[in-house]
Amino acid sequence: MSEQTQLKARSPFAEAFEMFRRNHAAVAGLVILLAIVAIALLGPVLYPGNPFDMVWAPFTPPGTEGYLFGTDYLGRDLLSLLIHGARVSLTVGLAAAFVTVTIGITIGALAGFYRGWVEEVLMRLTEFFQVLPTLLFSMVIVALFGASLMMITIAIGLVSWPAVARITRAEFLRIRELEYVTAARAGGVRNGGLMFRVILPNALPPIIVQAALMVGSAILFEAGLSFLGLTDPNVASWGQIIGSNRQYILDASYTVTVPGIAIFITVLAISLVGDGLNDALNPKLRER
Amino acid sequence: MGFLVVLAQRTLYGLLLLLAVLVLNFTMINLAPGDVVDTIAADMGGASAELVAQIRAEYGLDQPVIVQLGNYIWRVFQFDLGQSYFYNRPVTEMIFERLPATLLLVFSAQIFALVVGILLGVFAAQRPNGILSHIVTLFALFGYAAPVFWTGILLLIAFSLKVPLFPVAGMRDVTVEGFFPQVLSVAHHLVLPMLTLGSIFIALYSRLCRASMLEVLGSDYVRTAKAKGLSPRDVTMKHALKNALPPVVTLAGLQFSAVISGAVLVETVFSWPGLGQLALTSILARDTPTILGILFFSALVVIVGNLLTDLVLRLIDPRVRGKA
Repeated sequence: MSEQTQLKARSPFAEAFEMFRRNHAAVAGLVILLAIVAIALLGPVLYPGNPFDMVWAPFTPPGTEGYLFGTDYLGRDLLSLLIHGARVSLTVGLAAAFVTVTIGITIGALAGFYRGWVEEVLMRLTEFFQVLPTLLFSMVIVALFGASLMMITIAIGLVSWPAVARITRAEFLRIRELEYVTAARAGGVRNGGLMFRVILPNALPPIIVQAALMVGSAILFEAGLSFLGLTDPNVASWGQIIGSNRQYILDASYTVTVPGIAIFITVLAISLVGDGLNDALNPKLRER
Repeated sequence: MGFLVVLAQRTLYGLLLLLAVLVLNFTMINLAPGDVVDTIAADMGGASAELVAQIRAEYGLDQPVIVQLGNYIWRVFQFDLGQSYFYNRPVTEMIFERLPATLLLVFSAQIFALVVGILLGVFAAQRPNGILSHIVTLFALFGYAAPVFWTGILLLIAFSLKVPLFPVAGMRDVTVEGFFPQVLSVAHHLVLPMLTLGSIFIALYSRLCRASMLEVLGSDYVRTAKAKGLSPRDVTMKHALKNALPPVVTLAGLQFSAVISGAVLVETVFSWPGLGQLALTSILARDTPTILGILFFSALVVIVGNLLTDLVLRLIDPRVRGKA
């Protein structure tokens, strides 16, 4: 009890930070994630050169000739491909999550705030998008409109927003009935202000958690698309390395296992951070 | 409300969703740069303006967009999804050839994941802090983070190449004859793809089932059942599990579209001759009618899957049966 009173005296940010810090797995996830981001940012500086250049004989095993992860079927340095691929995976992951959250919040907020026929139409639209298998749908978009990184980002965002829309709507439905919203309305705040300045900030915690997880699933999504070969062929990405080396697993299984581990660790770190954010931002858990 | 009325309502809603998929398909064809005629003209190595106009009229592309949309929907209702540019065969014919393989993979992976996920969840819930609980939590975390195509390749390396227990690719051994040997052969080929696809969803279902069981085990009627002297097994299996299942089944129903997405990747890894493989080859060949036909049929599978989930839910949960 005394601990709770003490916590309440601090700012909400400090409180959330304290809760996050207590979750060791989440802190570990954050550290790993920051390391990966640092590699993605600094890697190309520390490790210059075109990753698509042939540097040594194909299928040089890891550790020989100074190549930490060896070379792939075209004799390209796997480490260089991985470092340059980190940029693509993280950028597409973040950008696609941003598109997802923007569409999801807009649709969920409108549905939850206005209710009535607006809600009916928007929620039917959400259900409709949930019927289409996400990967197939994004494959179709990429196939019809071109496989640039931009198009891939938009395609991932366009198929993943329903989950965010549902969460946002549920939060808006709950919060719009609370007294401070009525008070703000009585005080003359218009609909736009109510939605985005009064309700949205209070609806954010679960949306932030979902957004964090969305970055992870967007990275998996991009990896899946580029594994299938539906990506910009001039840009290295983790899924693409796996896809293009897939036929040679008998000769060199590391060309597939190593990039897979990179994806696995990144997504794992993100979901650990997401769990930590959930603990930190979910007031229901805090009461326990 | 009667059961049949509800079923009819759901079916009608499903049909409306399918209609919406058609409208979306049509919109995408029209938004995408280039159309059928461009493709045909390119195949012929260029065509004169008159010929282009003639082909356009032949395909009905000179008519107003709304008439074209009507024609498109009418054709689909006659099971005509057009002709593949790439294979030069009717799209529906190709899809019906491939559909059984995908259905087999999707439904077996779902059922496998449900059975294993529920069992893991039930046993983990017996000891909320026991070792199995930790394993379920870890597995849920790992199952989410591992890309499914990578899991598939790792299993392929381990159990087809290093230890040749299972075949590397395909769906059946063509040299096998007789009905039962063939069924066995398909089952043998199915093991690794099913395990791969199922692994993501085992992670999801076991975690929810554990949470759901823990909640139910804490409720009053479970305490009553224990107090009147029922064996722990009866309490778990007869009283608790029945009430813990509906959320898990509901989640499984919502996952059908994700299972199909995963199936596309798994089919590619194991050369499983299903819709996913067809989708990939036709996308790489820019074969628009086939791609859109597959999107339509996969939406159909999801809708039927949701309908089935609804039925199962009604069967196991009297509370849903009471409601509309």
